Amino acid sequence: MDALNAVSNFISNVLPILRDLLAGLLNNFLPGWLTEIVMSIVSISVFLAFATIVVMSLTLVERRVIAFMQNRLGPNRVGPQGVLQPVADVIKLFAKEDIIPANADPWVYRLATTVMVIPALLIYAVIPWSQNMVIANLSIGILYFVAISSVSVVGLLMAGWGSNNKFALLGAMRAAAQVISYEIPLVFSIIGVAMLAGSLSTVDIVNAQRVLWFIVLQPVAFFVFFTAATAELNRTPFDLMEAESEIVAGYHVEYSGVRFALFFLAEYLNGFAVAALATTMFFGGWLSPVETIGNWFGWNLPPLLPPYAWFFLKTYLLFFILYWLRGTLPRVRIDQLMGLAWKVLLPLALANLALTSIGLYLYRVITT
Amino acid sequence: MNADSYVAIAFWILAIGMVLAAYAVVALPRIIHSALALVLFFFQIAGLYVLLRAEFIAAVQVIIYVGAVTVLFLFAIMLTNRSYAPDSNPANRQWIAAGVVSLGLLGTLLATLGRQTWPTGGQVPANATVLLGQLMLGPFILPFEIAAILLLVAMVGAIVIARES
Repeated sequence: MDALNAVSNFISNVLPILRDLLAGLLNNFLPGWLTEIVMSIVSISVFLAFATIVVMSLTLVERRVIAFMQNRLGPNRVGPQGVLQPVADVIKLFAKEDIIPANADPWVYRLATTVMVIPALLIYAVIPWSQNMVIANLSIGILYFVAISSVSVVGLLMAGWGSNNKFALLGAMRAAAQVISYEIPLVFSIIGVAMLAGSLSTVDIVNAQRVLWFIVLQPVAFFVFFTAATAELNRTPFDLMEAESEIVAGYHVEYSGVRFALFFLAEYLNGFAVAALATTMFFGGWLSPVETIGNWFGWNLPPLLPPYAWFFLKTYLLFFILYWLRGTLPRVRIDQLMGLAWKVLLPLALANLALTSIGLYLYRVITT
Repeated sequence: MNADSYVAIAFWILAIGMVLAAYAVVALPRIIHSALALVLFFFQIAGLYVLLRAEFIAAVQVIIYVGAVTVLFLFAIMLTNRSYAPDSNPANRQWIAAGVVSLGLLGTLLATLGRQTWPTGGQVPANATVLLGQLMLGPFILPFEIAAILLLVAMVGAIVIARES
């Protein structure tokens, strides 16, 4: 039994254990500060490799799923079932010429990709893959997400303006207006969850859901969060800023090769981060549903999968909803877009906040 | 190398970066570049707050100044016709007047700040954000509520404007 526990402990904490092992090894022959630097570089490389693989898998699954919904086959030629298609795509994008338009502002044009990608990577610092697998358990975790994701608006505007192209500028303007409007209901929907958990830290929020997932207590907040987040991600049905039939491809119309690939990467990284945060805030994060339901009836059920596997499973299922929306809904019009944010989502989020406050107060009065 | 020297290194990187960014805001010939340098400047201020262990203020700094204020600047500038002009942030010949004002301000700041003894709070409590919230909803409830009502009115106003169209 002890051996079994040791194995399951190793599997659930595989990354922290490996990290400590490597740091211990390096400490034998390197000074402390150099070990720290080497370990940081190793951690960042592991994370970047992981992020790239996740994005590649997301693009492939998206194309296959959308194809299935539209009664097509999708990419299925490169490798078995097309699993190597993303590799081929990446090679193609890297081999293409990196074009800078003659009238573009070269500095702003080049820096825009960086300003888009770095916030998308930084968001992952607060995502709790399991109790011990979080890069930085900040006391302001959720607020950090809001802050960092608001930076990407600057990147959008830089790309749109820097290209010196009217379609790119129009796309960037639409995107910026959309992201700013939808940020307000998004933040209001997060406050409800933070109030229930009594903390902004992502780890604390997951631990507060050991008995009941917040999706049961905050369904309206989840609806508002997911809708607003879809709009912030500029995904269908809110992809007005890259509406092909109206403004070609929006803010990244002039970009080619590696820079286009980086925009693509940022977009999918943001999408996965939003799904991961929805998992954290509403679906119990890394907690096993088997264990949680077992606890209601006093049974002692095993968690079945390691915590990070549950986290991934839930996040991919939530990301699937984004595919599903794309396969189902037509694009909204620009006037409907602002109306939805200000007239539907914001009042809903405010009402949810008021109800949550009253409910929380009544709960405290009853229990004390 | 202890924690304090890391903080010192980070502080000097941020301090030099901030001065350069602030200078770029004034000196760059294109107004969009100035606005982007301002984004960099605001971001580095958030870095200073992080060094002071004021994470909440740092996050709010980024949300309000980077995510809202400068985005509004960029938006407004990009809607103007001359935003692509190479001389949209022109220099003028008022450098004598500007120098007098700047030197006066510098002198005042040095004179007052030099005589100040700065209290150091010691260890920052781990739950600083919680304490901040308790202060805002406790002793400082009145200013907090006034600001909240102001923002609520602005938001309702936005909804009313959206409804009219």
